[in-house]
Amino acid sequence: MFITKLVEIFNEYKGEKGAVIPILQKVQDKLGYLSQEVISEIAKFSRMSETEVFGVASFYAQFRFTRCGDHVIRVCLGTACHVSGGERILDEVTRELGVSPGETTEDYKFSLERVACLGCCALAPVMVVDKTVYTKMKLPKVRGVLQTYGENK
Amino acid sequence: MSITTEEVKTITLTINGQRVSPKIGVTVLEAAQGAGIYIPTLCHHPSLPPYGGCRMCIVEIEGMRGFPTACTTPAEDKMVIKTDTSQLQELRRNILELILTEHPHTCLICDRKEQCKPYHICIQKVAVTTGCIMCPKNGRCELQKVVDYVGLKEVSLPYTYRELPILRDSPFFDRDYNLCILCGRCVRVCQEVRGAGAIAFTYRGSKALVGTAFDYTLQDAGCQFCGACVDTCPTGALVERSIKWEGKPEYIVTTTCPYCGVGCQLNLEVKKGRIISSVPALDGIPNRGQACVKGRFGITEFVHHPQRLTTPLIKQDGRFVEASWGEALNLVAEKLQRYKGEQFALISSAKITNEENYLAQKFTRAVMGTNNVDHCARLCHAPSIAALEQAFGSAAMTNPITEIGDTACAFVIGSNTTSGHPVIALEVKRAISKGARLIVANPREIKMCQWADVWLQHLPGSDVALLMGMMRVIMDEGLADLAFIEGHCENFDAFRESLKDFDLDFVEKVTSVHKANIEKAARLYATQKPATIIYAAGITQHVHGTDNVFAIANLAMLTGNIGKPSSGVNPLGGQNNLQGACDMGVLPNVYTGYQDFDNLDVQKKFEAAWGTKLSSVPGLTLPEMLDAVYKGDIKSIYLIGENPVLSEADASHVEEILKKLEFLVAQDIFLSESAQLAHVVLPAASFTEKDGTFTNTERRVQRIRKAIEPIGNSKPDWWIICEIAKRMGASGFDFGHPSEIMQEITRLDPHYSGITYQRLEKVGLQWPCPDEENPGTPVLHAGTFVRGKGRFTPLGYKLPAELPDKDYPLILTTGRSLYHYHTGTITRKVLGLNALEPEGVVEINPADARQLNIDDGDLVKVISRRGQVTTRAKVTNACLPAVVYMNFHFAESSANILTNPALDPVSKIPGFKVCAVRIEKE
Repeated sequence: MFITKLVEIFNEYKGEKGAVIPILQKVQDKLGYLSQEVISEIAKFSRMSETEVFGVASFYAQFRFTRCGDHVIRVCLGTACHVSGGERILDEVTRELGVSPGETTEDYKFSLERVACLGCCALAPVMVVDKTVYTKMKLPKVRGVLQTYGENK
Repeated sequence: MSITTEEVKTITLTINGQRVSPKIGVTVLEAAQGAGIYIPTLCHHPSLPPYGGCRMCIVEIEGMRGFPTACTTPAEDKMVIKTDTSQLQELRRNILELILTEHPHTCLICDRKEQCKPYHICIQKVAVTTGCIMCPKNGRCELQKVVDYVGLKEVSLPYTYRELPILRDSPFFDRDYNLCILCGRCVRVCQEVRGAGAIAFTYRGSKALVGTAFDYTLQDAGCQFCGACVDTCPTGALVERSIKWEGKPEYIVTTTCPYCGVGCQLNLEVKKGRIISSVPALDGIPNRGQACVKGRFGITEFVHHPQRLTTPLIKQDGRFVEASWGEALNLVAEKLQRYKGEQFALISSAKITNEENYLAQKFTRAVMGTNNVDHCARLCHAPSIAALEQAFGSAAMTNPITEIGDTACAFVIGSNTTSGHPVIALEVKRAISKGARLIVANPREIKMCQWADVWLQHLPGSDVALLMGMMRVIMDEGLADLAFIEGHCENFDAFRESLKDFDLDFVEKVTSVHKANIEKAARLYATQKPATIIYAAGITQHVHGTDNVFAIANLAMLTGNIGKPSSGVNPLGGQNNLQGACDMGVLPNVYTGYQDFDNLDVQKKFEAAWGTKLSSVPGLTLPEMLDAVYKGDIKSIYLIGENPVLSEADASHVEEILKKLEFLVAQDIFLSESAQLAHVVLPAASFTEKDGTFTNTERRVQRIRKAIEPIGNSKPDWWIICEIAKRMGASGFDFGHPSEIMQEITRLDPHYSGITYQRLEKVGLQWPCPDEENPGTPVLHAGTFVRGKGRFTPLGYKLPAELPDKDYPLILTTGRSLYHYHTGTITRKVLGLNALEPEGVVEINPADARQLNIDDGDLVKVISRRGQVTTRAKVTNACLPAVVYMNFHFAESSANILTNPALDPVSKIPGFKVCAVRIEKE
C-alpha cells in the first residue's frame, strides 16, 4: 500500500541527486510519519544507507518517526503561559491522556506536544488542538476540550 | 622500462620562524607535520579528507583574517604561519573546555594524575566511573595529548554526563558514547571510506549523538565490522573489547594479512608473548590504513586458539598419539623413502610463504622425483593462469590495487568484492566517489549492485555469451580501439568471425539479461576510459572457466584497456599467497617462475641448481591426483595447509579417497577435517610465528615478520620440510632463515631476481623485478605485451556441464561470505565471526520458495546427484528464480558435497559455480 505511494513520489525524483530532504517531506505529507519501512525504501531509492537517511531526517525537527495521533495537542509553556499556569494545564492533559509530551495515546487519537510560544500571550495560558486555539485555559476546562474530540482515555 | 624520477615541485613557507619546503598541494597542517611541528587536532585523520570541525588546529597566518584552520587551508608559497601564540592557545583552551563539558575529564585535568594508580580511591573517581586512568584509552587518548599541549588545567563550565548505556551489540568492540566528543571521524570513515554508512550523526544540538537508524543493532544497520571506526576514534568511546583493559602493547610488528589476496599490511600488537590486536598499518600499501573484519578481528583468536596443534601426532590403531619431532620426522622420512616417484604427490597451500612453497615443490621434484605437486589455485585461478598466459603472456593482475580508485569505469564480474576482497571494494568505492561508472555482472544481488550504473543479472554459466554480447555491441557500434588492435594484437579476424554467433537476441535468451542493459554496459565500458575489469572465482570456477577468462582478455584488448594505468584485467586471488604459490612453481607443469618443465634447457638449469636428476614425466593436477589415489596409482600424499575434504567438489567422495592412502602426512595449524585422516600430523607455526614473504594478488611481494615464538611445539613449515628432506639424505635443504631460501629463489626465478628482504623492508615490490635497481613493475604489458602481441581467442557458447532438469530443477551457485574464510578452519574458531554468521544458509527466490512451501528460516534438504546437505533457507530476492545460492565455508552443510567435479578441459578446475539441485522441506 504505502509502497505505491512511495513509488509515485520516487518517480518525481528519478535521476536527481541530493533530493533526500524533499523526498522525506513529501513522504511525510502523504504518510503522516517516517516509519522504519519507509526510511528503508527511501534509502534504497537514494542509494544511501538507512542510517544516513535517518541521520538527515533526525536533524530536522519537522520529521516524525512514530505514527502521530488523529489530533495533535500543543500546550504552550512560553513565558506568559508559564507564569499563568501553563505547566499545570500540561500536567492535567498528561494525566487525562496518560501520555507524556512527545508521545501518542495507544489508540492513536491524540499526540501531545509542548511548545515554547504560540504568539498569543495576551490570552495565556493557551493550548491548541489541531488548528483550534483554546485560550485562558483553566484546569476544569481541559477534560471538556478533550471530550469534544472524542473519548479520552 | 625507463625510470623517470618525477620533479617534485615544492614551495617555501615559514612556520614559527622555521623555513619549511613541502610539496605543492599540501595543507598547512601537512606542511607543519612534515617538518615535525605539532598542531593539535581532534577531527583530523590521515585516512579522511579535511573536515575543519574541531577548530583545534587554528593558526595565525600573516595577511589572513581571523584564525584559519590548518587542516583545511592549502599551504601557499611565502606564507608566514604561527601555530603556538598565547592567543591561539587561549582560544584552543576555550574551545576544548566546551568539548569537555560533555566528556568525563577528571583524567585530563586532575592535578594528582601523576600520582594516580589503579585502585586508588579518590573522590573524583567515584563521581564518574569512566574518568581517570581507568579509561581504556589511557595513554593512547588524543584528547589527553591535546589537553597537555594547550595547557588546560581547569574546566570552569558545568559538566553533563550523558548517562548512556554502553552498547555491546558488536562482538568485537564496545561503544560508550559517554566518551564521544562528536569529532565525526567514525561517521566519516564509515560513510566516505568504507561506503557502509552504518553509523551517522543523529538528531542535533545537545541531543546530537553518533548512532544507527532507529537504534538498530550495528549488524542490522549494515555494519561490516571492519573496525575502521574503532581505529579512527580519538577517545575511549570505541574500543576493541578484547584489549579494553590491556593498555599499551609492548611492541608492534608490521606484517601481511593471511586471509585473502589483497595483502593488507597489518600491525600486530604484542604483549607478554601474545598477539593482542591486529590493526591496519596507516601508511600500508595497498590497503591505505584499512582492513576488513577478518584481518582486524579475526587473527588474535585463531593464533592463540586452544585447538592449535602443538605437538606432532602419529596415528596408532586409529587414534592419534603425541610424539616428539624426532620420532615424527624420522617416521615420515622413512615412509616417504618407499613412495618416491609417481606414487607420491604433494598438495601445498596458498596460505604458506613463498619460501615454503618453493621448498615444497623442490622437495617434490628433487627429493621425491615427481612433478605431482599442486595447490588450491587449481580450484580458483587455474583458468586465469591458462588463459592469460596464452592471451597476454603473463597470468596475474595487470594493474595495482591502488590504481583502481583512479579508473573511469570499473566492470566487476563474478566477484562479490565487498565480501571476498573488501579492501579492493574500497578502491572501487573511491573511484565511484570521484565520478567513475560501475558495471556489475553477477547472478545474485550483491552489495555492489547498490553503487552500480548497470547491473547485469545473468544466469550462472552464461558469462561467455554475456561478454561476447557486449563485444558484439562494441564492434557493431564502432567503439573498438582498432588502432590498438592493429598495433598490439593478433588473431583478431578469427575472433571477429566468432562474434557472429552472438547476436543480441541469442545472448538475451541464454543470459536472461535484457538487451538494452547489455548495450548500456558495453557502451559504458568502451567509452569511459581507462576502464578496468575486476573478476574472481565467479568467472573461473566453471567447466569453461578458461573460455570465460579468454572472453575477458578479448574485451580488454578490443577496447585497448590494457597496459595503461587504472585499466587492465584484474583477477582477484582468493588466498593470501595464491600468486606466490603459483610463482614458486607449485604447479605440476611449470618450475619456479612459470618455466616450462618440458623445456630441456629449463630442466637442465634446475637440475644444475638442485644438483640432482629431475623427472620429465608430467605431473598431475589436484583433481587428477585424487583420481590417481582412487585408482591406486598414488599411495602417499604430503598435505600442507590444505583441507580438500571441504574445498574439493564432490567432497564426500574426497574423504573416501583420502582414506585409501597408504601414508598421508598432514601439516597444518589445526586438525582440519582432512588432517584427521592422516597417519602423521605435523604442527605448523602460524604466519605470526615466522619470517617470510607472501605475494599478493597484484604481484606485490611483501614481508611477513615473526612477532611471537611458535605456539607450543609447533615449527615453521620451511623448517619441517627441510628436516624431512635432510633426514631422507637430500642436500640443498640447509637453510637457517627464510631469507636464505629467498636468495635461492631469486637466482632461479627471473621475475624475482631483484628482490631482497632488505628492499621489502618499507614497502613490497611488484614483480617482474629483474634486478636490484629495478623498482618493480606496477603495470604489466605497458607498451608491449609480455608475449609480444596480445592474442585474441575466438569463442563459442558452451553449456554448463550440468543443466537443471525435471529431477533437479534448480541451479546452485556458490560463493563466500564476508565473515568466513575458505573452509572455515580458521574463521569458525573466532567467536565473534561465528556470532555474526553462525551457520550456512541456502538463498532462494520467493517464487521458488512459495512453490516448495518453504518459509524463511525453514530447515531444508538441498540434494544434487552427488549428495545432500541440510541447511536453513533464506528467502530473498537477491537470487533469480530457479537459482539458489550457498556459501561453502560450513562443514556441517558443505556446499561442496553437492557441487559437480566435472573439469574444465584446459585448466582442470571443477565447475563449482553451476550444478543442478532440488530442494525439499525437511
